[in-house]
Amino acid sequence: MRLDWEIAKRGWRRYAAYPWATVAGAFTNTVFGFLQAYILLAVYRHRANVGGFDQADAVTYVWLAQSMIMTVYIFSWWELAWRIRDGSIATDLARPLDPQRYWLAFDLGRAPYHFLFRGLPPFVIGALVFQLHWPSPLDALAFVVSLTLAVVVSFGFRFLYNSAAFWLLDFRGIVTLSTTVVIFFSGMAIPIRYFPHALRELCYALPFAAVIQTPVDVWLGKRSGLDLAGVLALQVVWALALLGLGKLALGRATRKLVIQGG
Amino acid sequence: MVDGILVWRRLVGAQIRSQLQYRMSFALDMTGTFWISFIDFFVVLTIFHNVPRLGSWTVHEVAFLYALSAITFAVTDLLIGHLDQFPQKIRDGNFDIVLVRPRGTLLQIVASDFATRRVARVLQGVIVLVYALSGLHIHWTPAREAVLLASLPSAAVIFSSIWVVGACIAFWTTDGGEFTNAFTYGGTTMAQYPFDIYSAWLRRFLGYFVPLAFVCYFPALYVLGKPDLLGVPHFFDFLSPAVALVAACIAGSIWRFAVRHYRSAGG
Amino acid sequence: MIEVEQLSKQFVVRRGRFRREQHAVEAVKEISFRVERGELLGYLGPNGAGKSTTIKMLTGILVPTSGRVTVAGLEPSRKRIELARRIGAMFGQRIQLWWDLPLLDSFQLLRHIYRVPPERYRRNLDRFMEVLELDSFIHTPVRQLSLGQRIRGELVAAMLHGPELLFLDEPTIGLDVVAKQRVRDFLVEINRDDGVTVMLTTHDLGDIERLCNRLLVIDHGSLIWDGGIPELKERYGGERVLVVDLEASAPPLAVEGATVQRVDGPRQWLRFRGSASELTARVAAAARIVDLQVQEPDIEEIVRRIYSEPGSRA
Repeated sequence: MRLDWEIAKRGWRRYAAYPWATVAGAFTNTVFGFLQAYILLAVYRHRANVGGFDQADAVTYVWLAQSMIMTVYIFSWWELAWRIRDGSIATDLARPLDPQRYWLAFDLGRAPYHFLFRGLPPFVIGALVFQLHWPSPLDALAFVVSLTLAVVVSFGFRFLYNSAAFWLLDFRGIVTLSTTVVIFFSGMAIPIRYFPHALRELCYALPFAAVIQTPVDVWLGKRSGLDLAGVLALQVVWALALLGLGKLALGRATRKLVIQGG
Repeated sequence: MVDGILVWRRLVGAQIRSQLQYRMSFALDMTGTFWISFIDFFVVLTIFHNVPRLGSWTVHEVAFLYALSAITFAVTDLLIGHLDQFPQKIRDGNFDIVLVRPRGTLLQIVASDFATRRVARVLQGVIVLVYALSGLHIHWTPAREAVLLASLPSAAVIFSSIWVVGACIAFWTTDGGEFTNAFTYGGTTMAQYPFDIYSAWLRRFLGYFVPLAFVCYFPALYVLGKPDLLGVPHFFDFLSPAVALVAACIAGSIWRFAVRHYRSAGG
Repeated sequence: MIEVEQLSKQFVVRRGRFRREQHAVEAVKEISFRVERGELLGYLGPNGAGKSTTIKMLTGILVPTSGRVTVAGLEPSRKRIELARRIGAMFGQRIQLWWDLPLLDSFQLLRHIYRVPPERYRRNLDRFMEVLELDSFIHTPVRQLSLGQRIRGELVAAMLHGPELLFLDEPTIGLDVVAKQRVRDFLVEINRDDGVTVMLTTHDLGDIERLCNRLLVIDHGSLIWDGGIPELKERYGGERVLVVDLEASAPPLAVEGATVQRVDGPRQWLRFRGSASELTARVAAAARIVDLQVQEPDIEEIVRRIYSEPGSRA
């Protein structure tokens, strides 16, 4: 437990070491927030409600999503794949510490940093300029839980596609495709609720919705009572499933370890 | 200048040869690049699944705008997208090498890499363009054709200027790289939609100051025969090449200034 | 070839979270020296002494704060491109070749960048390929090369356009013994046969000993030595060692002017100052010598002594 905490601190520090990068990133998120907000506002000139979201919901979704991008780390994550590529993974596997547990702890240390320094600033700016929906205390609490679970689900998926590096020398294509899948099916590019009915149902059945759409739904109060418990439980299920798959991949890879060195 | 192009062509040939050697991974790379860039158009389609128009624009009109922005951005990305790695180059001390060679610095940086997989992004834009044109009934005149044709390289030059200015940040801080993304990737996203949906200050800042409105919005207005709802003078539709020229001059000056700073302040 | 007069470079260094505090660092303080065409000189100094800064000012990368510098008759900071045609540079720890491309592709690109006429390019390439034995990996992507192979490639890249002056920054770092020797032989050849002036920055004292006939030592921004290596050894050398092989094992010899450093069977190491021949005569008088050898002082030791001495000596 103590070790996990130390690793988590390292995860925090790894990103806290580059304050300008964080500022630059937060700026970019803010710009995209404004762009997306106006795009969706243009949609609401024609309709008052789309897929269960009204105008305030939609704008809130935009700023929540932009704030969450780095917290759940939607974009390509390469750290593990690089370690596999340059062979340092061999040292990691020789240690009595499960690599998946290491990287999970690392990610759980990273997420709060990004939440505070890349998530809050854009959201605050969005809240100042636009009329956002504010959650009830219960929903706010549920949101925090949901967001944490979203980080774990996202991590599980990232760990999985990084393990591709065990088998493929050039894994960039896999990483790009995986990132594409997450961006599209999580509701980050556009709310899942806007999709045609069949596609929407499919998305809610996949784990990616748990990364963005579910926490957003929770904040917006679209889930309550049993429904709320249901989606949170689903997030837990997906987190465990993805972590399990990752563990399987790791086990398989360790057995047939091919170190791809320089 | 001319044999600068020769140098670049040689690089492109060499890179294509080298990247095609690993066929499987190249195919995967291309596929990934294609689909990740296509997401933006799925967003457009999803919007129009829910509403019949965006402002006064139909889906085919927005697709036309999208295609122009996407294609010109993708071509620019293909040519100079590796400027995103410029901060790393500075950090590694690899810019000094450029200063010891008998060529302009910017030319050398442009000729330092070529990622063939980015062609997939261009392809995506072309597909959307075909879709757009299939649903539009454009009344073509020589003037409209001229405006459209002139707007394409102008857009690429405008995007390039933004990219170059963004890369200059690396001469002062190597951690600020993502700042540029707001204007390059943000820029193409903004240009994909009708300009009149944005608020006044956003239009002023990202439309005129960073002249993204001239990338495709104004030329498209003319080609599609749409009136501008913001009361902007009609001749704005023809300004893209001029704006591009000004942007290029400004970008060149800022680059030269940045290199001068690097050479007196040390790596 | 190179003329440096009172050259100085000051940097403004900013510290703090968002870089608020400033102070000036004098990286190079009014150094002066001349290098004639055809010299092969070494440029030595502890880390942070100002070596890289000097080289950067000589190659046109950095603009001096004050002083004059002329390289090949040109002012580097003003005539960067013109000068670039006449010089070659290789920075050992940095990569100037195209990472994903085969070595040969990098060479061809450089040929176009330097506008080398085809026959001269062909001639140079053939020659360098032979001397540095590049045949086996000329078509391999640079990212797959070993360090030794890459360094050899970089050397050729620096020389392809036939420069008159070559700047090398730590060229043999990280190389194994065989590779180092190959590089050194190459440098000797181009210096001797083609008259290329070579300025070599290095921490490797083997490079210095085997290659350079002149040495510049810089410390804390000032030039503290400018001269040949024999003079260096004489000034700072101090003691040498006479290794004698006696006919038979004997107790440590008691000879005037020498102290026995070590005994190993019939071999004895004697530390001494001054004339080796006189000492040999005295040793011969005290015992029967089968063989002997004079060991010069370790240049590393000498350099260490220079670094530890305050003030400048030029």
